[in-house]
Amino acid sequence: MQPVGAVVPLKVDIAEKIFRSARGVSITALQDLSFEVRQGEFACLLGPSGCGKTTTLRILLGLDKDFSGSFQLPQGGSNRIAAVFQEPTLLPWRTVEQNVRLALPKSLRAKNLDGLFDTLGLAGMRSLYPAELSLGLARRAALARAFATEPAVLFLDEPFVSLDEQTAERLRHLLLTVWSARPTTALMVTHNLREALMLSDRIIVLAPRPTHVLGVFDVRLPRQQRNSQVMSDLLRSFHHRFPDVT
Amino acid sequence: MTALETGGTRDAPPSMSGRRSLATALVPALTVSVSLLGLCLLWNLAASVWPSRAFPGPGQVWQVLLREAANGDLFYHLGVTLGRVAAAYIVAMIIGSVIGVLLGSYRRVDRFFNPWVILFLNIPALVVIVLGYIWFGLNEAAAIGAVAVNKIPNVVVTMREGARTLDPSYAEMATVYRFGRLDRIRHILLPQLQPYLAAASRSGIALIWKIVLVVELLGRSNGVGFQIHLYFQLFDVAAILAYTLAFVAVMLVIELLLVQPVERHATRWRRRPA
Repeated sequence: MQPVGAVVPLKVDIAEKIFRSARGVSITALQDLSFEVRQGEFACLLGPSGCGKTTTLRILLGLDKDFSGSFQLPQGGSNRIAAVFQEPTLLPWRTVEQNVRLALPKSLRAKNLDGLFDTLGLAGMRSLYPAELSLGLARRAALARAFATEPAVLFLDEPFVSLDEQTAERLRHLLLTVWSARPTTALMVTHNLREALMLSDRIIVLAPRPTHVLGVFDVRLPRQQRNSQVMSDLLRSFHHRFPDVT
Repeated sequence: MTALETGGTRDAPPSMSGRRSLATALVPALTVSVSLLGLCLLWNLAASVWPSRAFPGPGQVWQVLLREAANGDLFYHLGVTLGRVAAAYIVAMIIGSVIGVLLGSYRRVDRFFNPWVILFLNIPALVVIVLGYIWFGLNEAAAIGAVAVNKIPNVVVTMREGARTLDPSYAEMATVYRFGRLDRIRHILLPQLQPYLAAASRSGIALIWKIVLVVELLGRSNGVGFQIHLYFQLFDVAAILAYTLAFVAVMLVIELLLVQPVERHATRWRRRPA
């Protein structure tokens, strides 16, 4: 365990990210994108579809190194990162449990996962193959994999898209349950404002191409107090501050 | 790693599938036996219509087979040939897979080496064998190496196709979760390449054992190929057929008892209903 003083926030400072097509046309996807997520905070990157949210996440995950600028990932504790991708991205040839354990470092491979599987409602599905799961269950397995690693920072890329609203809502609650059990610095990409207001401590609002930060909306209320009345108040004050964002 | 392999207990399989699998296993086996029996009868008929020393019937071949089995020659030569097939197969699969995956993953490398692959694909097996014996001497390494070199380009072509179909999202997941090199190969790369490995293996074993016979005929003093060469000089067609059929039978048993179960195990995740 690191001393509290050594704890570093997630700090992003991307100067520019340019995509070059095969024909030599270049598109500036991100420009002067900088924001910060404090230690143990759940933040959302909110913006319309195709505005470079996923590109930002890929840079932070280390999957795209072709950009100018810098970022700093939270240090302390495990130093690991975890991601929940848009698709569950489970290995189809391994069972649910093997998928989760494979993501763990060797020293944690044998750790007890009963609690996590129980919380996520996957206890009876540990030995199933991903093809035998519904999309909702596969998403839960992807969440289990991310949380099992006890990461220093967690990235989520629209983890609830293409689910029906009811399933998505249940998964959001599950996400909050496992996250609250061990609050981890988290950054979630979404275009769903309601989802962002429900889950996050801070919403980083992005403006489209070239993507930059339009503003930051802090939600200081504890999550259990965000009932439907409070949510509509939050929505109103959000629209008041960002009238152009839907 | 035991926790990974045995994690959790599966529900008992439904009893329905037990009965069905027995029936589905019996019908094809029966079909195969009847079909082979028919071929033997046809052969027997043909041999009695045109009796000739050059065309013995199945009975004569069976006699020779029993004689060779009794004096031990059959098993010795089958074993020697099988050993060479196995060695050449392993060498060809490993080298061919590594080269194939490299070519499939890096386009520039592929563009440079593609002419080499085409060249080696089109060199006749006989030339490779003769050159192998001339350059490296009449020894076991030259023999097995020559067979492997004949097979490697085929494996390269198949595995190159396989590497082109690799899904980058799995590799990205492995990067994020910091998979080790061995885990990547075992859990990400090989399962994705499995259909291509199976295809290369299938065509590989069939091709390799035929080339092994030529290698034995040209420069070895044991093995099925050597025996066939010997009986060719003695004009003993029954013995030639006996050795050929014995080795075909061995390859059939390998296919049934080794290749197919391995394949079933590797694709077990595919066949379960969603």
